[in-house]
Amino acid sequence: MNGPSRLSRSMLVLSGALLIIWLILPLVPMLIWSFAHGWRFPDLLPQQWSLQAWDYALSDRSGTLESLGVTILIAALATLLSILVGVPAGRALGLYKFRGKGLIELMILAPVIVPGIAVALGLHSVFIQLGLTNTLAGVVLVHLVPTLPYMTLVMAGIFANYDPAHESQARSLGANAVQTFWHVTLPAIMPGIIVGGLFAFLVSWSQYILTLLIGGGRVITLPLLLFSFASAGRNDITGAIGIIYILPGILILLFTARHLSGSNGAVGGFGRI
Amino acid sequence: MTRVLLSELTKTYPGTAAPALDRLTLDVPSGELIALLGPSGCGKTTTMKMIAGLLEPTSGDITFDGRSILWEKPENRGVVMVFQNYLLFPYMSVADNVGFGLRMRKVPKDQIAARVTEMLALVKLPDLGRRRPSELSGGQQQRVALARALIVQPKVLLLDEPLSNLDAHLRIEMRDLIRGIQKDLGITTIFVTHDHEEAVVLADRVALILNGQLRQYEVPDAFYRRPADAEVAAFFGGKNVLPGVSAHGTFDGPLGRLTLPDGARPGPGLLTFRPESVRIGPAPVNALKARVSERLYLGSRTRLRLTVGETVVDAVLSPDLVEGIRPGDEITINLPPGSLWIMAGTR
Repeated sequence: MNGPSRLSRSMLVLSGALLIIWLILPLVPMLIWSFAHGWRFPDLLPQQWSLQAWDYALSDRSGTLESLGVTILIAALATLLSILVGVPAGRALGLYKFRGKGLIELMILAPVIVPGIAVALGLHSVFIQLGLTNTLAGVVLVHLVPTLPYMTLVMAGIFANYDPAHESQARSLGANAVQTFWHVTLPAIMPGIIVGGLFAFLVSWSQYILTLLIGGGRVITLPLLLFSFASAGRNDITGAIGIIYILPGILILLFTARHLSGSNGAVGGFGRI
Repeated sequence: MTRVLLSELTKTYPGTAAPALDRLTLDVPSGELIALLGPSGCGKTTTMKMIAGLLEPTSGDITFDGRSILWEKPENRGVVMVFQNYLLFPYMSVADNVGFGLRMRKVPKDQIAARVTEMLALVKLPDLGRRRPSELSGGQQQRVALARALIVQPKVLLLDEPLSNLDAHLRIEMRDLIRGIQKDLGITTIFVTHDHEEAVVLADRVALILNGQLRQYEVPDAFYRRPADAEVAAFFGGKNVLPGVSAHGTFDGPLGRLTLPDGARPGPGLLTFRPESVRIGPAPVNALKARVSERLYLGSRTRLRLTVGETVVDAVLSPDLVEGIRPGDEITINLPPGSLWIMAGTR
């Protein structure tokens, strides 16, 4: 076979370019806004440029850097907890047959289908009783509602293609249970943990409603801060914080791009359930 | 050197009525190579997993040199199992696979490297240490699996269908390799197989398990010459099984009166003899007139289907002995008394 024909190759380039424009173009005005000093409607570009918005966004007065720290902390904790729960859950779903498995799969998918706010309103009253509202711990826990399904489903896909006999073999060769997990199981499921963890991190990163509801305005993550400046009409500061907000996502994506390629079983398995 | 004794070993899986393995008692002498033979689902892999500690018996005991090992964890039993599909760790090099057991025992790195080289030489795969398992052929992968098992100097080695994934000439090579290493190192070795030819070429002794029960445990030759019953004979491809009555050194059955060897079981029973034992030509005893109904060339042997009266007799002979014999011919055959064997049962 020859490679793709000239026509299909130019179609590929064209659709690729369209996709990039579709994704990148909306970011351009945000970038311009962050350096603008007054930008009125009919003008194509601002009359004056300035670093004021960035100066303010990076200063203590705006609280951006503190929010960035809180957001990273929450996303990291939510990811860690998702891994701790999602790996064993995914193993059970991917490897074993048991009664009620279909129902459990549905329940795990439910938070993806049911709007988060419906779940969060119910959880809110429970969290009040537990004293978890307005706390960072409460926000981390509520972020598990949308992150766990992704983690569990990715791990179920990984374990569906995993042969647990390798563990028996390791035991038989003299590895104890901990060594077996560390040297045999973990390397085999690592791509899934990376991909699932990435999903979990980004899902937690972009939470707004759940954070607002459970955090009660005390736990201020970047989306909350962003929203308050946006509703105050400060497009320049919103632009600067917006750039800061999307940067980690892009960095993580670039860093782990090879694990997301189609040849990797982790993502292929995602569509299994 | 370890003597393995299985006593009344039973395994019943939850939710099933019949035991997968029913009161298996088996004495494996130290340093011997034993085959557990049986059709798939007869309980032989279950037995292996229980010895390896990967499965808990429902009842019964397993002892090594008289000491029960049932409460030992798999990693402390000194048993290594080599699985049928080799189960090499895919993300480790061949050398790392072979050295795995020693790394788990925290042996110093330079010692591991030396032992890995030694083991790869033993299985005749030097210079392959840096490869990935996926770059090896099936036969090579199996040798790596064997080296990985032997490096920890197990008391007992368990092999799951060691020859069945290999093609014909590799089988012979692997058989010689396994037998050679096993005899050199003197490791008590148990392997399971569903193929009776694999069992007899490799094992010192064969334990035949049918329907979860031990049916016969003897040297390979005995299964051909002295099968315990008709099912055992059938499993080993014995086609000539005839009902009748044995008394005073003779057998009365469909072939008339035949002279038996000394010590044959008296009373009603089943007569059996190997197709290879049938001789052509007259003889003082047990000579029969037979008609050739079919002739099949098998390469090094020729199979004749004969009818004696109404009875079908299967014979396998050297091709030069049957030259010129055609279907429809009438010939004289004889059955040497020493080749006749009476089994229990009446069919």
